[in-house]
This record gives sequence, structure tokens and C-alpha cells, in this order.
Amino acid sequence: MAAFVVRRFIGMILVLVVVSFFVFLIFIVVPGGDPAIRIAGRTATEQNITNIRHDWGFDQPFYVQYYDMMKKAFTNNLYEQTHQGVSVVDQIKQGVPATFSLAIGAALIWLTFGVLVGVISAMTAGRASDRLITLFALIGISMPVFWLGILARYFLAEKNTWFPDGGYVPLTQNPAQWFYHLLLPWFVLAVLFIGFYGRVLRGNILDTINEDYVRTARAKGVAPRRVMVKHVLRNSLIPIVTLFGLDFAAVIGGGAILTETVFDLHGVGQYAAQSIANFDLPPIIGVTLFGAFFIVFFSALVDFAYAILDPRIRPT
Amino acid sequence: MPETLLDVDDLHVHFATEDGVVRAVDGVSFKLERGKVLGIVGESGSGKSVTSMTILGLTRGVNAKFEGAVRYKDQDLLTMGESELRRFRGNEIAMIFQDPMTSMNPVYRVGDQIVEGIVTHEDVSKQTARNRAVQLLRQVGIPHPEERVDDYPHQFSGGMRQRAMIAMALANNPEILIADEPTTALDVTIQAQIIELIDRLKDDFDSSVILITHDLGVVADVADDIAVMYAGRIVEYGTKRQVFYDPQHPYTWGLLGSIPRLDREKPDRLTSIAGAPPSLINLPQGCKFRPRCPHAFEKCIEHPPLENRVAETPPHLDRCWLTVEEKRELRERTIHGQAAA
Repeated sequence: MAAFVVRRFIGMILVLVVVSFFVFLIFIVVPGGDPAIRIAGRTATEQNITNIRHDWGFDQPFYVQYYDMMKKAFTNNLYEQTHQGVSVVDQIKQGVPATFSLAIGAALIWLTFGVLVGVISAMTAGRASDRLITLFALIGISMPVFWLGILARYFLAEKNTWFPDGGYVPLTQNPAQWFYHLLLPWFVLAVLFIGFYGRVLRGNILDTINEDYVRTARAKGVAPRRVMVKHVLRNSLIPIVTLFGLDFAAVIGGGAILTETVFDLHGVGQYAAQSIANFDLPPIIGVTLFGAFFIVFFSALVDFAYAILDPRIRPT
Repeated sequence: MPETLLDVDDLHVHFATEDGVVRAVDGVSFKLERGKVLGIVGESGSGKSVTSMTILGLTRGVNAKFEGAVRYKDQDLLTMGESELRRFRGNEIAMIFQDPMTSMNPVYRVGDQIVEGIVTHEDVSKQTARNRAVQLLRQVGIPHPEERVDDYPHQFSGGMRQRAMIAMALANNPEILIADEPTTALDVTIQAQIIELIDRLKDDFDSSVILITHDLGVVADVADDIAVMYAGRIVEYGTKRQVFYDPQHPYTWGLLGSIPRLDREKPDRLTSIAGAPPSLINLPQGCKFRPRCPHAFEKCIEHPPLENRVAETPPHLDRCWLTVEEKRELRERTIHGQAAA
């Protein structure tokens, strides 16, 4: 197992290096021309551009540029100067509490309700409750987050002032307000996942129920509830772990761009959205690496979790 | 008078499907006496597995309809409530399934799966149950059981898994062991070992056995009585000696003829029964074997009852309109290939 962890860790670093390299390539191959011109702005003189090109090292060969960028990234200095004059690392740091709060809360909600919906729907398969749940799940999956978010904000926070109208209050500042401000974003973000996880789990459960080992458990006289939890659910949840690992990684890595933007949470996702809108390359590289780190990290976690959950793939 | 443990009386199991009603079991009756081995033989789809699973109520579902009775020690298991029936499952009547590769939960240790069965029915400590699991694994011939008890199913070979399944089934010292094609998924060399093991353990555990198979060779050694099933019905039922040495039903002849024999002259090719089993939704009128039977005649359009036509004791029942003399004459040719249809 230790060797497995070490191997997986080395692989994880390799993947990050490759990702960083591809992100870096954006600078060189992206259409729209010279990054120096883009950074210099509309009214730049020739001299400005030349200076920027020299200061940023765009006149160096690409591998030197790559090396410089990585050095800066790991010395906590990635592209000190941006439009706001605040470093990318600091910007991301500022967004992390909001992003993490959103991701963790929403994940708890979608996991709880997703499993609940899946189990109820599978156990009443074919009956009215299952059909109703299926209908709602499909609606949930089909609703775009920005549309649902805007509706929720308009009807629940603006027309009726039941909820605060966007924004983020740090947990350390006021836990009650933190919770209150995040409630709507949590549910809006979770809706899609609840529907999706519910559908996937329902299918898994209905497949697993017909497994021979479930019949064996019933033939042993094991009580239905125990058969359901220990034999059916235990095995049905294994694929959900993969889904959850990757979805959670995407959201915690700033992937909830739409939710963060609609509710004005000033998280990493919103920062990414602004940077993309402004075609601001340094932050794009920053948030991409940030997101990639979580994806890679959580895929490794998923592998470990799999090894724990399924003895067949446990390395010996 | 031997004690009758299980009395299946005119059992019908029908499943409603989108294509129509599947008559999986259509009037099956047999008795299992204490200490005896009953072999139920038939090809796939003959209803033998459904019959055995219905004894334990494992076929219950919204689309299933049952008629008749399954009496175990004078209690009707067929109409019994689910929670009451659960006290019998694995405890009084235990079951071994066909495919040991899929019949164990891959995520739990073999020992824990045996322990689960024990603690379901008995109020014993985990440690006691575990010790019993080790003991059971030793009895079924697993080497180093005190170590293998903590293995996962995938660390066992197919034969070992079936041994572990047998250990699991015997964990609560059941009165009846139902083995549903226990050797079908195994290598031929392992098959004989498993059958021998079941035969030995039934004496050690003082259990009766229902051995379900499509292979007459499997029951030849161990069964006391044999029921041959076809299309949801028993077509021939008697002692092993009666069924093997004086088979009355053409379907049984077909089964016997398809077994390779070393003690007779080699035929050009093994005989097979022509055609395929009928659809259980649209059963043929009269004798269900009629469309495949080389000896069918006009009367076969009427459904023959299961009767003791040979007039023997113990009874030797069959469902064929031919006279016993006609059968004895036709039989030799059918079994040995010359007159196979």
C-alpha cells in the first residue's frame, strides 16, 4: 500500500508538471498575438511593449520562459503585477475561503440528498414516488445553474428579501451570516448534482440488487435492511466515490464559476471568470494550476478510497 | 416410516412479464425424507432453479404468483410471512448457488460472510462465530483455514469458493441443504470433489439434500431419488435405480443417451435431443415434450398425468402415454443412438 501511495504521488506531480506546461503554452500559441501587446494595453508605445517584453522575459526562448514562470509560481510570486496591482497568488488566496465554503457545504448537501434520492427511488422503482423523483431529478439536471441561480436570487433575495442578495461573509467574521449568505448558493450548486447522483445511484442499486451475492445474503436469512445497507448500498456506492471525488475537486478548485459569479461570492471561480473575460493571462494560468492541483489531488484520493473500498483492486 | 422433512405439493410459480405469463413451475410435487438426497434434473429453463428458490421464498416479487404448498415440518413456507420465513432461511434450509465466482460479496472477507450467517440466527459472540467459521472451512477442506478465513473471495479459486459457499450454507447446521447446480461453473476434476464433499457433509451434519443439476452424471452417485423436470413439470420421478435402470419417459431417455459411456461400444456421435425446450409462455398442448418426442402419437395431444404406470413400490411415476412394454422396447434404441430423432 505504501508503495502504491508513493507511486501515485509521483504520478500526481508528473501530471501537474505536464498541465503547467500546457497552460504555459497558452502564452505562446494562443491566437490574438503577442502577450506583451496584450499586457501593455490599448495606448501603449513601441517602447512600452519592448520594455514589457524584456521585463516579462518574452524575448527569451520558451524553455527559459517556462522555467522562469515555474520559479515564480513556486516562490509565491507568480506575476506580481496584474491590472489590479495585486499578485495572482494573493488574489487566489483571497478567493479561497469563499470557494472552499461554497464547495464543502454544497458537497455535503448534494451527497446527502443525492444518496437519499437514489435509495428512495431505487427501493420504490416503478412506483409513483420513483417516477416523481425521476421527473424532479431530470428537471434538476436540465436546469442551467446560471438560470436557476438568477431565478433563486431574484425571487428569494430580491422580490422577497428572505435571503441576502449575494455576497460572502467570512466564517471568522460572523458564522451565522456566513451560513445565511451561503444557503442559496449551496442549494443552487447542489441541485444539478443531487439529480445526477440520484439517477446514477438508482441505476447502480437496481443492478446490484440482482447480483448473486445479494441473493446469497437473502438466502442466509439476513434482514432486508441489512441486505440493503451492507450488501446492496455498500457496493452501489463505490462508483459514486469516483464521481464525487472529481466533482468535488472541480468545485473546490474554483470550477463553480457560474454559481460564484451569480451570487457574487468573490471566490476563485469568480476570479477565473473575470480573468477570462479580460483575457488576463497570468491569472488564467494561476487559477488553472490551482484547479488542476485539486483535480489531480482528488483523483489520487479517489484511487486510495477505491483501494480501501474494493479489496479486488487493493495492491498487495 | 421415514420422516418427511419437506413436502412440495402441486407447486405453481407464474411470473407476469410484458410478453405474457411465464409458467416457470406448473404443478410440481415431491417429498424429501430425512437423510435422503433428492436429485432434480432438467435442462435450462425446466423450472428446477425456480422450484428450489421458491422453497426459500427467494422468488417472491410483485410479478410472481404462487399456488400449492411447500410444507416444511408441517408449516407452509409458501404462505408464510417474509419475516417469519427469514428464520428458516440459512437456518433450517440453506442453499448453495451455481456460480461461486459471483455468489460471494467481493468486498467482505470470506470469514465475515460465514459469520454473518451464524450471527443472523444465533446469539453468539463474534469470536465464537469466527472460530466456528474456521472450523467449517477446515471441514470443507480449505487448507490453513485460520489464515484463509481473512481472505477475500477473489483470493480463492473457483473450487475453494464453492467449498466456502458450502461452509457458509452449513454454518447453522441446516436440516435441508439445497444445492442449485453447485458444480456447473467448475472444472470437471473439481466437480467430483464438490459432489463428494456434499455427500460426506450431509452425513456429518445430518442434513437432507436437494441436488439440482442438468447433468444426470452428477446425481448418479449420490442421489437416492431423482425427479426429472421438463417445462415446469416433473416428467419422471422415482428412486435412482428406477430412473437409471428402467427409465419410463422419452425425455429421460434423451438425457441418458447424451451421457458419454466408457463401458459400451463408442457410438459415432453422442445422441442429442432434437429441438429446443418450449417457451414457458406458449406451452404446447398435451404432453409438453410432444413436439420433440420421436415416439409421439395421437393420444399425446392430451396432457398425461404423473402416474405410477410401472406399478412399483416405491412408486415410480412418469408422464408418458406409451405402455410400459412399448417403452421398454423403444428405449434401448433411443438411448443407444440408432433411433435418435
